[in-house]
Amino acid sequence: MRIAIASGKGGTGKTTIAVNLAALLAESEDSAVTYADCDVEEPNGHIFLAPRIDTSEAVTIPVPVIDEDLCTVCGACSSFCQYKAIATLPDRVMIFDELCHGCGGCKLICGEDAIREEPREVGTVETGSSVIAEGGATVEFVQGRLRVKEIQAVPVIKAVKKRLPGQGISILDAPPGTSCPMVEAVRGSDLVLLVTEPTPFGLHDLEIAVETVKQLGMKAAVVVNRSDIGDDRVRRYCDRVKLEIIAEVPNSREIAEAYSRGKLLTGRIDSFTTQIQGMIPTIFELAASPR
Amino acid sequence: MKELVVISGKGGTGKTSLVASFAALAGRVVTSDCDVDAADLHLLLEPEIKQRNHFSGGKVASIIPNLCNGCGKCEELCRYDAVARVTRGREQVSAKSSGKTAGDEEHGTARHDKKRRVAANNGMETHTDDTLYTIDKIACEGCGVCAYFCPQDAISFDDEENGEWYVSSTRFGPMTHARLLPGAENSGKLVTIVRKEAKRIAEECGIDLVMIDSSPGIGCPVIASVSGADLAVVVTEPTMSGLHDLERVVELTSHFDIETAVVVNKYDINEGLTADIEEFAKRSGIGMLGGIRYDEAVTRAQIEGATVVEFSDGPASKDIRRIWKSVEKLITRVGK
Repeated sequence: MRIAIASGKGGTGKTTIAVNLAALLAESEDSAVTYADCDVEEPNGHIFLAPRIDTSEAVTIPVPVIDEDLCTVCGACSSFCQYKAIATLPDRVMIFDELCHGCGGCKLICGEDAIREEPREVGTVETGSSVIAEGGATVEFVQGRLRVKEIQAVPVIKAVKKRLPGQGISILDAPPGTSCPMVEAVRGSDLVLLVTEPTPFGLHDLEIAVETVKQLGMKAAVVVNRSDIGDDRVRRYCDRVKLEIIAEVPNSREIAEAYSRGKLLTGRIDSFTTQIQGMIPTIFELAASPR
Repeated sequence: MKELVVISGKGGTGKTSLVASFAALAGRVVTSDCDVDAADLHLLLEPEIKQRNHFSGGKVASIIPNLCNGCGKCEELCRYDAVARVTRGREQVSAKSSGKTAGDEEHGTARHDKKRRVAANNGMETHTDDTLYTIDKIACEGCGVCAYFCPQDAISFDDEENGEWYVSSTRFGPMTHARLLPGAENSGKLVTIVRKEAKRIAEECGIDLVMIDSSPGIGCPVIASVSGADLAVVVTEPTMSGLHDLERVVELTSHFDIETAVVVNKYDINEGLTADIEEFAKRSGIGMLGGIRYDEAVTRAQIEGATVVEFSDGPASKDIRRIWKSVEKLITRVGK
């Protein structure tokens, strides 16, 4: 079973929900539980789960390298490239690695066989595990980390997803926003939990996230975090579009402080633990239900 | 004319709320909402749209079912898992499940009618095989490889409509903003357009400051928001996550050689971590602009559709005003 935790708006509590849900599931369920950090631009799950890292691999994109002896500077490659990653100058061809999407088109189109591909590192993907409690419950851990100044998060997110186990429960912590990184993180999941806050920004971005998830043909449910800080427009919106709110977590200085210190909340703050525990049966039910 | 960009690394630290208050304090300013896939600044600035423009981030490939003979070359070449094999007659089912309809695959243009006629005239068998292929529009990265190399010329490759961008007026001055359609790519390209337009307007109207609200993270939309800016103000929060993300976003701004300064929002939630952030700022040679106290008025202002400094005179409002004075001093010193 695969559950993605997304939001639209940043800072609503995705990682908080994701790491604590993973920890609780590891303690209560027999199946293996995996937490996968797909917010590869700013991965934070490791702060709360403190994993022991076992493997670390480079995530690469194949980028073109021109053999200047064979190149006739015909310009076919730069004309073909959709990403402006190749420029044909009067006497040679220049490659802008960081813009390359690794599609292989330039290599295919080159009439002189003058292009070969080499892997270019855009980030890393790591696996490991975290021990949650004295009872020894374990959460399997996967995280992707985009290299700073690289623009392509999607290949790193794909690498994270490739390392999800085929069985058990996987909790995917998605990036904020609704563009291609979020979409890549959530697609293929059985259920998307959209974490929001009851404010105008929260509502506005939730609406965009819901539209995105709908376009992907996926099932969704809502978690309202800091449920008492704003007004009831989010709740009324969820009623209107028939989206189930499966948990509401009130604002709490205690939660804010524990979070700020990088601590898991389950086993530390009872009210929060109860809320998260309470949504687990609904999550299973929704994930298993037909579309 | 100077460009000030507000970034964060971590989401939800208060960028948009701060940009809105800064705009209120700045007098006349051009604001630019470069958080194009989750834009919220308009909820406080109430822009009146003067100009609407379409945005295409790239192209998308689409297989014309009648011309596809199921050879599978596209699937072989696609590096993005965007091509799926389906049974003829079922392509409508699979297309619907990925959010498209069969109508998306048909084009009523003369070019495609001609293709069909040509295919028929050459006696090409396009319907003997039960297999054909479809392209998932969302997974497609618009590289053009399948369209170019399809032996049947059965793949169209057209500009994709990815969103809109706007030029508007607000009570604080002109505003440029955008709406990227869900799941769209190349938000960086749209950010560049929105920013460029803001600069052009500022020059045209003789306004000497462009204030940019950006998205969280460090990826392509953030890079497009910061490169070439005169000052980057990083809004962070006193949490382990905030500090971790601050380190990464500062690595980004220093790579682009952008003057950077930090604001710690809700600093009184954890003064120990606030001190750690100040330490980090000092070590990294970036400015400390100060902190904003936690204040429920920030949310209440948002609910009223007002900026904090217009709505309240409380702790956050006072802190924001003080920080703005420091930003004003800093921005006159830096930049081109």
